[in-house]
Amino acid sequence: MRVIKDKKIVDDEWSVIRDLDDAAPVPDGDVILPFHYWQANRETLLKQASKHAVWINGDTDVEDLISDLEHFSMIALDFPVFKDGRCYSHARLLKDRYDYKGDLRAIGDVLRDQLFFMHRCGIDSFQIREDKDAEDALNAFNDFTVRYQAAADDAVPIYKLR
Amino acid sequence: MYKYDNYDQTIVNERVAQFRDQTERFLAGKLTEDEFRPLRLMNGLYVQRYAPMLRVAIPYGLLSSEQLRMLAHISRKYDKNYAHFSTRQNVQYNWPALETVPDILADLASVEMHAIQTSGNDIRNTTSDQFAGIAQDELDDPRPYCEIIRQWSTFHPEFSFLPRKFKIAVSGATHDRAAVKVHDIGLYLVKNDAGEIGFNVIVGGGLGRTPFIGPSIRPFLQKQDLLSYLEAILRVYNRYGRRDNMYRARIKILVNDLGKEEFTRQVEAEWLQIKDGVMKLDQKEIDRVKGFFTAPDYDASAAEDKSFAAEQESNKSFSNWAKRNLFPHKVAGYKAVVVSLKAPGVAPGDATDEQMDHIADLADKYSFGEIVVTHDQNLVLPNVKQADLFVLWEKLLEKNLATANIGLLTDMICCPGLDFCALANAGSIPIAKQINDKFNDIDYLHDIGDIKIKMSGCMNACGHHHVGHIGILGVRKKDEEFYQLTLGGSSESDACLGERLGPSIAKAEVADVIGKLLDVYVEQRQEEERFLDTFRRVGITPFKDRVYPKKPVKEKAHASN
Repeated sequence: MRVIKDKKIVDDEWSVIRDLDDAAPVPDGDVILPFHYWQANRETLLKQASKHAVWINGDTDVEDLISDLEHFSMIALDFPVFKDGRCYSHARLLKDRYDYKGDLRAIGDVLRDQLFFMHRCGIDSFQIREDKDAEDALNAFNDFTVRYQAAADDAVPIYKLR
Repeated sequence: MYKYDNYDQTIVNERVAQFRDQTERFLAGKLTEDEFRPLRLMNGLYVQRYAPMLRVAIPYGLLSSEQLRMLAHISRKYDKNYAHFSTRQNVQYNWPALETVPDILADLASVEMHAIQTSGNDIRNTTSDQFAGIAQDELDDPRPYCEIIRQWSTFHPEFSFLPRKFKIAVSGATHDRAAVKVHDIGLYLVKNDAGEIGFNVIVGGGLGRTPFIGPSIRPFLQKQDLLSYLEAILRVYNRYGRRDNMYRARIKILVNDLGKEEFTRQVEAEWLQIKDGVMKLDQKEIDRVKGFFTAPDYDASAAEDKSFAAEQESNKSFSNWAKRNLFPHKVAGYKAVVVSLKAPGVAPGDATDEQMDHIADLADKYSFGEIVVTHDQNLVLPNVKQADLFVLWEKLLEKNLATANIGLLTDMICCPGLDFCALANAGSIPIAKQINDKFNDIDYLHDIGDIKIKMSGCMNACGHHHVGHIGILGVRKKDEEFYQLTLGGSSESDACLGERLGPSIAKAEVADVIGKLLDVYVEQRQEEERFLDTFRRVGITPFKDRVYPKKPVKEKAHASN
């Protein structure tokens, strides 16, 4: 998968499995599984594979993942449409409150003009929508050099520096 | 007023560059209309019936004379020589070309202004009391808190794609002039038993299709906890607000669906997690921002003037204006002057470039260079010495800005309606004109006294019809414009929603029906009662009976009762 990570375009080994029946066999390779599949096959997965990744969307209660965070190398946050902003809160909770150390990835309707906000909420890597120019999207990180609020990227609000 | 430092200026400058790039990408076909829409909306740019409409933010309604001159300049250079002041204390341009909007934003940035978050599903411009800082009934100045909220909410990374738009209002006075209870979040500055100042937090008020008066979820919040509490409310809303139906997506629906207790429980639980962290406001920061809103250099001998009283004695027009368009000031010898943007024949809230320049000059000369936009769509010169009032009035008259109608029947709130807006079912401005034409006798208007007519061209309620003493809602029936009237609404401390008068009425009859309602009021009123007081005492029936006379068959049924 081609993704933006650390403000660079890189290829990595992960692929997203969107639909997967809970009764299906465990897929091969480095796959990002639907969270419901993880819940249904947790014990098997823990035995079979060495690293794990799941994807969730705004409907998932982020609190349901918390006890398993240590097992996930990656959590992908799905934006079915860019204006569904629930995963921004998910990202902040996972990073700020639950101290998730793995890779937090945005997938789905991920566009250049959302990257600044996503990055600030603690999302580490971005799978830009396929029909969009990922090179162009890199510019988004330079849009703003000043931020008013504390968030996942800035520990203090700007006023503390005044 | 607040002055930008390097950080603030950098943010608006970078925003201009960003939007210029977005507009260029759209015009080059690299962004689809669907992808460009949320980006332009976050910059206040709508596509309307005839042209784009650009809404510019006026934080809590406060403008310097330099900023007002820039608004005039923009209307001249990029638009049709006028601008429209909105019910959210902002200003709108109805005719800019899309290609020029980045240049307009650059001009705005040069005077510390912007169009950030004036539309879109984000936190909008925080509104406040137009008499903030000078009102006699003020406990504390709300503007520093509005500015703190402005900075926190600007490009908030987590809350820029909310289920729906989000509006916050703050009032620091006993009398609510900011319609606090019909906002997504409303904040009243209050004092607790220990004498500390904090906030009474109201959540889930709103107008639109499903109007609610918001409940208080926390009667006292310490001011250091302001931002953490707002963040907790917004986080609960962002996670759980409905996104399946845009008409059910405002926070008022979530509060109502969960119930006030459960909603409050969720907010408090979230807040407990963050209240003592980095979100806690420093007193130092509160004091720093407060330092921008200090009193100007008032003349201690202002109250000694005798000319103001004498001019009122000798000039009836001036005294009519003084009666309606002045507001008491906390400093003796000073008044706040309301500049009426509701002259007969003018669309309510519109001002020409010449008028804006003129008002800016008058503000420099007579009011320490500041102007405030009111949520009733007028302008205020907040600090005028009483000795200057007569000459100021004469100068306002020169540009048709001294209509003596503040708070009267013709001081209507009115949305742009069918004449401009793509959503409207019916016209608002033509009804305003009809009302102005019928009620043109100044003595009659003064006799009727305080009354708030609020008019919306569709149920989205931009003209706040639900909370008008008389509310007028444009509807469409068989492709004709009709109007639904409500009576008895209020957006003030006694906020309540108007009661439906009866079936909607034809366009040509609106002013005549208002005439009948006023007749009932004049017949029934006691002593100093306003229209709203009389309505509350006698109820809707006498008004209903006058407008919709009972048919004989009903009278018979009544007689046999």
